[in-house]
Amino acid sequence: MNAPNKSGWKPEMQVAEDGFLGGPVTTTGNRALMLEEPLLFEIGRAEVTGVDLPEVDASAATRLGGLERADAIGLVGLTEPETVRHYTRLSRQNYGIDLGFFPLGSCTMKHNPRLNEKMARLPGFADIHPLAPQNAVQGALEVVHQLGGWLCTLTGMPAVAMSPKAGAHGELCGILAIRAAHEARGDAREVVLVPESAHGTNPATAAFANYRVEDIPATPEGRVDVAALKARLGPDVAAVMITNPNTCGLFEKDFREIADAVHAAGGYVYCDGANFNAIVGKVRPGDLGVDAMHINLHKTFSTPHGGGGPGSGPVVLSEALAPYAPLPFIRQNEGGEFYLVEEENREERGPSFGRMTAFHGQMGMFTRALTYMLSHGADGLKQVAEDAVLNANYILRSMEDILHAPFASSGPCMHEALFGDKDFTEGLSTLDVAKGLIDEGYHPMTVYFPLVVHGAMLVEPTETESKAAIDQFITAFRSVVTRALEGDEALKQAPYYAPRRRLDETAAARKPKLAYEG
Amino acid sequence: MRYLPLTDTDRQAMLATIGAASVDDLFVDVPEVARLDGPIHGLPMHASEMAVERHMKALAAKNLVAGEVPFFLGAGAYRHHVPASVDTIIQRGEFLTAYTPYQPEIAQGTLQVLFEFQTQVARLYGCAVANASLYDGSTACWEAVAMATRITRRSRAVLSGALHPHYAQVVKTMAHFTGDTIADALPAITPDPELSGLIGRIDEDTACVVVQYPDILGRIADLTPIAEAAHAKGALLVVVNTEPVALGAIKSPGEMGADIVVGEGQSLGVGLQFGGPYLGLFAVRDPKHVRQMPGRLCGETTDAEGKRGFVLTLSTREQHIRREKATSNICTNSGLCALAFTAHMTLLGEKGLRQLAAENHRLACLAADRLAKVPGVKVLNNAFFNEFTLMLGGKPAREIIRDLADRGVLGGVSLGRLYPGVAALEHALLVAVTETTTEEDIERLAHELEASIKETV
Repeated sequence: MNAPNKSGWKPEMQVAEDGFLGGPVTTTGNRALMLEEPLLFEIGRAEVTGVDLPEVDASAATRLGGLERADAIGLVGLTEPETVRHYTRLSRQNYGIDLGFFPLGSCTMKHNPRLNEKMARLPGFADIHPLAPQNAVQGALEVVHQLGGWLCTLTGMPAVAMSPKAGAHGELCGILAIRAAHEARGDAREVVLVPESAHGTNPATAAFANYRVEDIPATPEGRVDVAALKARLGPDVAAVMITNPNTCGLFEKDFREIADAVHAAGGYVYCDGANFNAIVGKVRPGDLGVDAMHINLHKTFSTPHGGGGPGSGPVVLSEALAPYAPLPFIRQNEGGEFYLVEEENREERGPSFGRMTAFHGQMGMFTRALTYMLSHGADGLKQVAEDAVLNANYILRSMEDILHAPFASSGPCMHEALFGDKDFTEGLSTLDVAKGLIDEGYHPMTVYFPLVVHGAMLVEPTETESKAAIDQFITAFRSVVTRALEGDEALKQAPYYAPRRRLDETAAARKPKLAYEG
Repeated sequence: MRYLPLTDTDRQAMLATIGAASVDDLFVDVPEVARLDGPIHGLPMHASEMAVERHMKALAAKNLVAGEVPFFLGAGAYRHHVPASVDTIIQRGEFLTAYTPYQPEIAQGTLQVLFEFQTQVARLYGCAVANASLYDGSTACWEAVAMATRITRRSRAVLSGALHPHYAQVVKTMAHFTGDTIADALPAITPDPELSGLIGRIDEDTACVVVQYPDILGRIADLTPIAEAAHAKGALLVVVNTEPVALGAIKSPGEMGADIVVGEGQSLGVGLQFGGPYLGLFAVRDPKHVRQMPGRLCGETTDAEGKRGFVLTLSTREQHIRREKATSNICTNSGLCALAFTAHMTLLGEKGLRQLAAENHRLACLAADRLAKVPGVKVLNNAFFNEFTLMLGGKPAREIIRDLADRGVLGGVSLGRLYPGVAALEHALLVAVTETTTEEDIERLAHELEASIKETV
């Protein structure tokens, strides 16, 4: 089993008969730099703290209304050195962009510039209160205003709502604005059309806003079936939600035609802007007839993904939807002073649909995104889109001879290349390829999404990879795919070299253990 | 351009492999009318680190930094000291630049942190299970209402008048679209929370009653009678907490019978950040409600070698599997803020959290006593943790706040701003005191407040 196989994969460690790694067992369970780390609750103690605070004076008078917390909370503490080591050791069991190539399709794992981090931590941004008197936070309001203005410029849209906290929250903002606009003209509509290749958040958002969701099929070439969509339009259809570029990695070239038809039928066009990074500085969605589009600042504008958030999802809006934008929003008066329009500004708030989060949005992400925009400028952002698209096409054309690429003949892809598991040996799957890539030192691509392709593999290299890094990935990807095509059983056990082997997700869901007991 | 590794030579070689003459050929599917011919107008061209830093610092300098002046703002966002090691931990690239842990074999770091986070939050709240975080306290509050309507199959929510008005607004915004009924009210301006009126509004159609603890005026009361009244009508009690440090001193919502506890976690590890990103906390007392919860959940399991490991679990509740039938449309959570919370909470531990809470309360008592001596000022609250309401004579509180800011003191949050048009609250000022407040700060506030009130008389 440890002999090189036909695909050239050469496991250098002894692999035992049962498929597990050999080598001597260590006393600690550690393997040199691969370090095991117990749970906090197994090493912390209730009487230990890593912060120097005054001892509690039990005799001091309190005004807690007799509600003192008498029982132990059940928390444990560590001193500073122990805390730093605990979380540093845990961090080393994670894969991040800083460590290597992370081609997770639709998620845009591009480099996170450290200047952004430094700027977000300036006390003038990090240490100001959301309800501070507005004369004390003019610079912060200016950041939001400037970023919002540039988002409008880049998208060719007249207005923007800055408060949504993430992409899905932005979708909700756009859909609520659409509902409010229809309500305002007494036009009750019940249906939102969503292509079957859409992100799961699209139908979930529409349903959350009390719409009925209907699927629109895709054509064999991977785009929205325009004829089917047009046939479904009517007085009950409130909106269509279309991702452009779409999740198959293709530009919806009939977008304008779709938008015109939707508008003619009295509906609105929501564009899922998750993939705006492919066209930023090249195409303005406003020119395509979009009414609302969220922009994931953590994708296109490089704010860090942080292991799953926080994101930020400003929404650009057309003239028709702008009056319904959520509170608060920022305006500038004649004296140049910025101010927030909130519930109390009865006239200025107009028909706004109201507030969707407590404060003004993800300021910490705004400062990072603005820093990124300033760094790249108009010329750099255009280059960002071009390099992202170039890298994805390079991968598409370097793989299509051995890996099923269902839409390769539909023309160039945009920022991501989509593959399927069509010719894999029976019993081997996309999941096995993903796990095999882990052993090769990569974070896998997005798998099993979009749903329109069997065993989908969505590869998004982004613009921040060198050609050498991409070439090395292609070599590894071809090797793992070859093993799947040739039926290498060893692949089913991968990963061999990660901090953990395959984890039993079924057991986790059957008897959920969601907190430490003990 | 410092973030783009491709050289022109690389680009030419790659185009040759692709079989395209130019990059524009790759954009052939974009209709000609929609293509921009050059760099977009209205944005500057690219700039060096130094130039960008200069621009951003000039903007930052236009703000009055909380840490540089006597500072007393709260109302859902609190300024606490965050130990230096918290920021170094969250800046580890393996945490900062990771994604949602879809590939658990190489995401055990994030997953174990989430498991520790869920355990800390559940224990703090006196609950069985917490999720891996939501966007912030206000959106968590709506998610709790939505969850209660799913569990009870009822569509009416009763809001306490002393729920943070922004939270109430968020709930009302969402309910307008979902068709749920929201029964809200204005806060009774009394030294203790007015519970009997709230209890009287609970009926057989009520899915849940939502109460903030400590409430928007800083008051605290035993919520057990509300829990009992709600349960007697088949409704759930949702308790909202915007200051987790308080729970190091006062009873947990879970032990008073809350069914769903939600809140804002920003106080620990996250910082003020002008309102975001923050950290939505969400927990349930009874594990049987887990499958109706929104958001990510991390669970323990084993790997193929029998080693303990962690995965995202119960994802059949979620949008990427269930699409329009999901419990929520939420996708991202607030992962890095959850890490900051957990690292800070780990440094504190049981002992440190209790000390921190006691110190907050001690200084708040000191401040309340001192400010009560200012002519024209009355302290409303009987009981409070680290935040209380002052009733001011003279000008409306809003004007006094602006006046104080001009005098270099950030003196609190005017309740008139939070409750526009409510005359009774125009003269009410919410004052928060934390361990970062010094006795000199309190003295300065008392002095400037006295001066500001006098000017109007």
